[in-house]
Amino acid sequence: MVVEALKDQGVEVVFGYPGGAVLPIYDEIFQQNDIRHILVRHEQGAIHAAEGYARSTGKPGVVLVTSGPGATNVVTGIVDALMDSIPIVVLSGQVPTFMIGSDAFQEGDTVGITRPCTKMNWLVKETDKLAETIHQAFHVATAGRPGPVLVDIPKDVQFATGAYVEKPTVQTGHYAPRVAGDAEMIERMVELIETAEKPVFYTGGGVINSGPAASQLLREWVEATGFPITSTLMGLGAYPASGKSWLGMLGMHGTYQANWAMHDCDVMINIGARFDDRITGRINAFSPGSTRIHVDIDPSSVNKVIRADVPIIGDVAHVLEAALDLWKARGRKVNREAVGRWWAQIEEWKSVDCLAYKPGSSVIRPQHAVARLEALTKGMDRYITTEVGQHQMWAAQYLGFEEPNRWMTSGGLGTMGYGLPASIGVQIAHPDALVINVAGEASWLMNMQEMGTAVQYRAPVKQFILNNERLGMVRQWQELLHGERYSHSWSEALPDFVKLAEAFGCKGIRCDNEADLDDAIREMLAYDGPVIFDCIVEKHENCFPMIPSGNAHNDMILGEVDTQGVIGASGAVLV
Amino acid sequence: MSPLQIKKGSSKHSAYDLRDPNAEVIETHTLTVIVDNESGVLARVIGLFSARGYNIDSLTVAEVDHLGHRSRITVVTSGTPQVIVQIKAQLERMVIVHEVHDLTVEGPSVQRELALFKVRGQGEHRIEALRLAEIFRANVVDSTLESFVFEMTGTPEKVDAFAELMRPLGLVEVARTGVAALARGA
Ligand SMILES: Cc1ncc(C[n+]2csc(CCOP(=O)(O)OP(=O)(O)O)c2C)c(N)n1
Ligand SMILES: [Mg+2]
Repeated sequence: MVVEALKDQGVEVVFGYPGGAVLPIYDEIFQQNDIRHILVRHEQGAIHAAEGYARSTGKPGVVLVTSGPGATNVVTGIVDALMDSIPIVVLSGQVPTFMIGSDAFQEGDTVGITRPCTKMNWLVKETDKLAETIHQAFHVATAGRPGPVLVDIPKDVQFATGAYVEKPTVQTGHYAPRVAGDAEMIERMVELIETAEKPVFYTGGGVINSGPAASQLLREWVEATGFPITSTLMGLGAYPASGKSWLGMLGMHGTYQANWAMHDCDVMINIGARFDDRITGRINAFSPGSTRIHVDIDPSSVNKVIRADVPIIGDVAHVLEAALDLWKARGRKVNREAVGRWWAQIEEWKSVDCLAYKPGSSVIRPQHAVARLEALTKGMDRYITTEVGQHQMWAAQYLGFEEPNRWMTSGGLGTMGYGLPASIGVQIAHPDALVINVAGEASWLMNMQEMGTAVQYRAPVKQFILNNERLGMVRQWQELLHGERYSHSWSEALPDFVKLAEAFGCKGIRCDNEADLDDAIREMLAYDGPVIFDCIVEKHENCFPMIPSGNAHNDMILGEVDTQGVIGASGAVLV
Repeated sequence: MSPLQIKKGSSKHSAYDLRDPNAEVIETHTLTVIVDNESGVLARVIGLFSARGYNIDSLTVAEVDHLGHRSRITVVTSGTPQVIVQIKAQLERMVIVHEVHDLTVEGPSVQRELALFKVRGQGEHRIEALRLAEIFRANVVDSTLESFVFEMTGTPEKVDAFAELMRPLGLVEVARTGVAALARGA
């Protein structure tokens, strides 16, 4: 019945790992060919792969795990999906209903453990409720602000036969987040856009989650108004990096022009972003002179951190379309002259060229490695995942994203070990595309067992490891705010990545000289199969620009300067 | 606006300032939340409060619509106005939640709580306790030669006041149900 319900929901792929409490479902899977099951090497790998799948397709990712340890191993991924608003349906096995509460073998209180980190979860005690609950789970995971849900299914419920209910054509459940924005607020938004002198679009993951139409409408808005646009880490690709209004990413490691524009703007148009602390910097110095429009599908995001002057609760695409229609009907007005002056100011900030880095000697600069990767893969059908650390920020800074759903990174939770399994999930969804995980050596080791999955399913994922033999981001913080006391931020006893690749049955490439870099990258791209690329880079490079904890947007460090004492004592207690 | 103007290390403050940047007066609000009556629902609601550091001053829950399978949770909470609005929004977006009303802002409401007081004492104290109970319209629901159990219904303030008066007269135990509340009018 479970498989039946999944088919009904249009599920094509399930990422999972079997065990005693899910054997009946695995038996069903064995006896059919419609749903493909990808056997991972660790349940955390399954859920990150499902996240990669979901984010690159816009469809929910499905995970199947056993009770107890199987379920606890997906908890990190569930929190990750919650923080980044990714639709995930986890099906977990549970001990039979009559054994629940008896400390049975591999029993765990899965719904209890996952309650705070799921949008909703269910323990299904009656077989008759099973199909309905699974359909409801898919609805909840994808409706409104997407997120993870979990259905815990005791083994006896899996075995029993019950009445199957088809996927309801009309959602009967009461959970129906509103999608259309308030007309009055939309009118105020349009009025502000018409008169803004120093406007900026600040967009986030909500644009991606809203679907391709939202990105399309955003592009139309930006082209038509000529307003500058910046985006959070999660929103990259909604507006093309090659677009003429693009300022680059904003926030802690955002560009100089993007952060200054946010600081100095008079009208901030927040579309599907949540004023995360990595974006705002010091709250009481955040964009002091601006009137803020905030479009978000989740009412609890609005006014949570930063007060919105024009709050619009609704789906991004719906709101953008309604506002665009209204703006056109009112004669497509913008204050061209003032916006022109604003652009002149922005060009001045841009001329600082904040992402410039010193050309290396023979040692490979990590920024350069990413920049070369960008240059050599430009125009390709390319998807990027990352791990977490400096390499993640360099990937965000130096890679250009032209389309939505092409960039998969753990933003809210910052989960090391995300990138490799996520890249496999993306590749499973897009078998012919080029999928690259830009990784740090330390993060990559956290889920490296998934190379086995990549090899088994011939997923030709490219693992581009920026190997600085350091927990680089930790090292950078220790340099900046812990007096250069580098406590446990080395990657000691690293494996030989080339030999490791051979051991997994894939290709290994090592490159430690800038002169060989292009050829090595080309070799990686040309290889038809998974590759582990060990890119030996400068060990002490820092990631700039940086708004240190405790600073305002207009108070950032641009490069290798004397960084002593940059972060005040009150900033140092923070993360 | 040249880069030279950036003052390095100038900031003594913090992006994640641990003080509330919008610190305002603390208000107490009574919220009613209509939820599906399913297992785990109360845990979900309480979990929201503990996970986000919201206060629960009082909480009651019971099924109120058997056919519709609905329970009503009444929660008295306190926080800055911004926090209260945020609590309401956080509750509203939960899948199991049908309706949330902030009775404190939505107009007049009645709030009642049931409380039981065990008072131990003899002689004058006993007589005084009885007299006060009468004034407060508390009923005696159990009595022995040296104790009473009073039952009283009223606003939380009235319950507090009665407990205060009983303390010197030998109050040994109090049981309170927490607040149940409804908006006034049709
Ligand atoms: C699971 C987990 N543990 C710890 C951290 C804290 N952390 C953030 S970045 C980082 C270092 C990552 O090192 P590496 O993967 O080599 O990337 P680099 O910064 O060197 O590019 C650590 C330990 C984290 N984000 N996730
Ligand atoms: Mg590293």
